[in-house]
Amino acid sequence: MASTGMKAGPDLTEAFRSPVSRPPSAWQKNFDVAFKYLAHAFGAGVVLLLGGVVFEVMRHAKTAIADYGFKFLTTSTWDANRADFGILPEILGTLYTSILALGMGGFLGITVALVLSQGFVPRKVELAMKNVIELLAAIPSVVYGLWGIFVLVPLLRGPAGWLNEHFESIPFFSTRLSGPGILPAALVLSIMILPTVTAISREAMAAVPKRLAAAAYGLGATRWEVIFNVTLPTSAGGIFGALVLGFGRALGETMALAMLVGNANVFGFSLFSPGNTLAALLANHFPEAGNVEVGALMYAALVLMLITLAVNALGSWIMLHATRELKGLG
Amino acid sequence: MAHAATNPQEIPAQQSSFRKSLSEPRTLVNTALTVLALLFSVFAMFPLFSVLYMLLAKGATQLSLSLFTELTPGAGMEGGGIGNAIVGTLVVVAVSTVLALPLGFMGAVYLAEYGGESKLAVVVRFCGKVLTGLPSILAGVFAYAMVVVTTGSFSALAGGAAMAVLMIPTVMLTAESALRAVPSKMKMAAFGMGATRAQVVTKIVIPTAIPGILTGVMLALARAMGETAPLLFTALFSDYWFGGELLKPIASLSVLIYNFAGSPFEHQIALAWAASLVLVTIVLVLNVIAQIVTRRPEEH
Repeated sequence: MASTGMKAGPDLTEAFRSPVSRPPSAWQKNFDVAFKYLAHAFGAGVVLLLGGVVFEVMRHAKTAIADYGFKFLTTSTWDANRADFGILPEILGTLYTSILALGMGGFLGITVALVLSQGFVPRKVELAMKNVIELLAAIPSVVYGLWGIFVLVPLLRGPAGWLNEHFESIPFFSTRLSGPGILPAALVLSIMILPTVTAISREAMAAVPKRLAAAAYGLGATRWEVIFNVTLPTSAGGIFGALVLGFGRALGETMALAMLVGNANVFGFSLFSPGNTLAALLANHFPEAGNVEVGALMYAALVLMLITLAVNALGSWIMLHATRELKGLG
Repeated sequence: MAHAATNPQEIPAQQSSFRKSLSEPRTLVNTALTVLALLFSVFAMFPLFSVLYMLLAKGATQLSLSLFTELTPGAGMEGGGIGNAIVGTLVVVAVSTVLALPLGFMGAVYLAEYGGESKLAVVVRFCGKVLTGLPSILAGVFAYAMVVVTTGSFSALAGGAAMAVLMIPTVMLTAESALRAVPSKMKMAAFGMGATRAQVVTKIVIPTAIPGILTGVMLALARAMGETAPLLFTALFSDYWFGGELLKPIASLSVLIYNFAGSPFEHQIALAWAASLVLVTIVLVLNVIAQIVTRRPEEH
């Protein structure tokens, strides 16, 4: 349907010309029914797509599950030649890097959300900052990986060496940073989840009824007293949901980790030691995997899928309840 | 500090001063926290500027005509460009758009116009949200199982299929809200004139919602362009031009950056920076276009 003349509106000239009381023709009726079924079919197609993703991964993982069973999750060898596979270091590495990233990215993300929602800066600056944070999310993760290799890792080498020399007894600093490792990976990961945390928690803070904060200001509270006693407790549900969704994002992020985590099949608490994650394992082994290894990788993909789906479902559920709770306050 | 004072009788006992001066502890704490928060915010934006600076410093120096017209150089070789990767990215994204648009778009039409709050609609919307949170590498695993295993080779089609899985939920959910934003008065007027639902949807709702739908497509495209993980073992890479065969491996900018970032050769690393500059430019332009197309009215 051409919409010439009028902007942002359908062309009604033809409709005006046709007799108003004419019932739809047979063709129009058939088209109506066909279109309805088509829409339903495509809607169901989205369900089938998700089902297909889950089913395909499970189908290909079936033999590996039968072969390696539960031992797959609790052992740490990855040897394609002897068909001996275990993903314990990857599971721990995935959780460890994501928790570290959540600690840093979550804290910064909530702080930025406060600055963007509580009138700290003029409206124009607020908008500019919001755009900059959104751009952070637009940069492809492989570019962050490249930046991490050539900017972040050299930058960290000095402080990491110093910490290792002086505080070697603390487990976090017990090894040297030889290049890629847990810390640079977690740092880049925190940059990548920051926009998610900021966007969602900012919305939760903005949804706090203005009169609540105004009442506290009226009692003589300072800005931060209002934030700690009114804004944060009221929007806590939404902020928690934002953190969970950010965590879900961190768990599944691949490229920055594949490039920065070191791909060593070990797990240690040292921030400077290399490690591995489930997503990075898939990225590094899939392209050259033989039949046996593909089975094991499918099993690993299934584990990753179950973890991320559970975390994301939890996050969505929290968000749903957080918005419902706020509705009663307006 | 966890909760507001719940007992009103406690308030007079606090005797807090309302004087605003830095010598007052309350004001001092307030100001200090404000300064800290602003510092942290600036710190949070630092990586973006650092990335952009590096792209310009390392990537812009590589820009030349041959960068866009020549094939990727082999290990240790000089010269060459990233022409095949640029073409490859466009081909893969085109394939994924063709695969993703019908499902995403018609899924949105179903949700906005037919589903309502029915059980199927709730399930469809939930699946859409779950797909949004699906790690991109799992989309690659799915395409590997579906296309690579079936056809027996890495291919542009497999890469496009993996990307399509990632595009569909974005397209669907943004298109749904665009379709829902169409004023019901317009629909009612058409129904009142005896239009069938299909006519209302195809002649009134969809044309009106086109800008919003396009935004979703742009954002999905921008996201797909930068994705690497799903291409690693679906599209793989190729050092040659795209020859019109969708069932052969194909180059892409993102995989090029990944491969060359780990290269021991200075020249390949330089090309990785140049490719990053090109990729980020395309992605940012798509984002800006998406924002212009919607011209969303400001919140609040």
